[in-house]
Amino acid sequence: MLELVDISAGYGPTDVLHGISMVVPDNSVYAVMGHNGAGKTTLLKTVMGLISPRSGRILLDGEDITRTKPHQRVARGMAYVPQGQVSFGQLTTFENLQLVADGRNNGRAKIEEMFHLFPALEMYQTRSAGLLSGGQRQQLSIARALITEPELIILDEPTEGIQPSVVAEIEELIVSLSKTGLSVLLVEQHVGFALTASAEYAVMASGRVTSRGSGGQAAIESVVAAMSI
Amino acid sequence: MDVVVGQLFAGLSQGSILILIALGLALTFGQMGVINMAHGEFIMAGAYTAYVMQGILGDAGISLLIAIPMGFLIGGVMGVILEAVLIRHMYGRPLDTLLVTWGVSLILQQLARDIFGAPNVDVGSPSWLQGSVEVGGVALASARLFILALAIACVAALSAIIRFTSLGRRVRAVVQNRELAETVGISTRRTDRLTFFIGSGLAGVAGVALTLLGSTGPTLGTNYIVDAFLVVVVGGIGQIRGALIAAFVLGLLQSVFQYSTTASMAKVLLLIAIVIFLQVRPQGIFSVRTRSLA
Repeated sequence: MLELVDISAGYGPTDVLHGISMVVPDNSVYAVMGHNGAGKTTLLKTVMGLISPRSGRILLDGEDITRTKPHQRVARGMAYVPQGQVSFGQLTTFENLQLVADGRNNGRAKIEEMFHLFPALEMYQTRSAGLLSGGQRQQLSIARALITEPELIILDEPTEGIQPSVVAEIEELIVSLSKTGLSVLLVEQHVGFALTASAEYAVMASGRVTSRGSGGQAAIESVVAAMSI
Repeated sequence: MDVVVGQLFAGLSQGSILILIALGLALTFGQMGVINMAHGEFIMAGAYTAYVMQGILGDAGISLLIAIPMGFLIGGVMGVILEAVLIRHMYGRPLDTLLVTWGVSLILQQLARDIFGAPNVDVGSPSWLQGSVEVGGVALASARLFILALAIACVAALSAIIRFTSLGRRVRAVVQNRELAETVGISTRRTDRLTFFIGSGLAGVAGVALTLLGSTGPTLGTNYIVDAFLVVVVGGIGQIRGALIAAFVLGLLQSVFQYSTTASMAKVLLLIAIVIFLQVRPQGIFSVRTRSLA
């Protein structure tokens, strides 16, 4: 699905990522863990094309997409749910969804599908997205990503700062997405959930992968050990 | 009573010209944050378009009706070229943009002098816009009524585009969060270009309208550009309805001040009024409110 080959990237003169390589397999969750400042968000931004890598290559289904723009990556089947539940606050909930449904033949049907998945969004469809709660905005952000019918969805700490009742829902959704044929690249601080959901994982520290392996609860000790270094 | 109606109409008329000019700026300056000093020259280009059209077609009525969409097109294309060649390299650097587009403005003025000559030229108004319409005992100039109607039509069309079309949604999304817009699949480059096209095109339409009120010269746009920026700032950056209200309030104030003092004194009083207003409400008439910054 997605392959990163020796990616180095950063902001201005500061290097953040140093030679990251990883393969996100088809139809499964790949979890990236690590402390704050490890470079996880920078990694996702680079994967999405918001940051150009200084060196290395990004391959999607074997095709080099290193120099493509973010919107072109979306057209190729990538979707991104950024950190912090960001939405277009001045657009209504419905407009936020319309924005990505525009130009798709099944746009209207996809929006209905999302309303079915997240009833709160239907209830508040005429409300400005800026007035939704954090959990609702995260649902909106995920719905916006799913409308584009991605093959790979990139989630940056999707449950951070969200009320517990919604966290469980989002976690369930992530697991079910991978079962419907989607690849998921998940950045997650919550090690327990990340390992339960993922087939493979990587732990990052200071812009490098320090540990990697197969997911599942059995890996929890080695991950905790890797993260406490 | 006659005086009140007369002044009210003069103010409305002044406001309708201001809004026609400021509407384009509300997009490029208000929404995109670009200080484009050459916006005034798109107005001039629209006015010369009307002049050229009349030269080709002869009939003042038909040429005016064709000049309006042509002025839009020419203003729009000039805007897109300026955006593609210069402005896009300077997003987020307002001072550089201001200086460079000011230079472009001077070049365009000289270009107009070279093509059309330094003296002003006149565009004849069609017979159906000469004379006036009597309302409540006050004669209202037909040309000014036409401009009022044109301004209303432009505001309505632009608001409808911004509110209800997919292009409008994309424009609003890019304005609010450029990075997020890219990552949900919107080509921000293409949206920028389209926004610039529409904003600059509206300046061209304003230029065509101005030919109905006076003669056309290379510095036509310079006379209006500062007022237009004032309208956008007073209205609240990025708010079309703010610009609309600001244009008519400023137009009315100007005509009231002008009636009770002189033209130059009116300008001074207006500027003082704006300075006081912005002290009290620096964000303009309307500002953006959301629960979070997102």
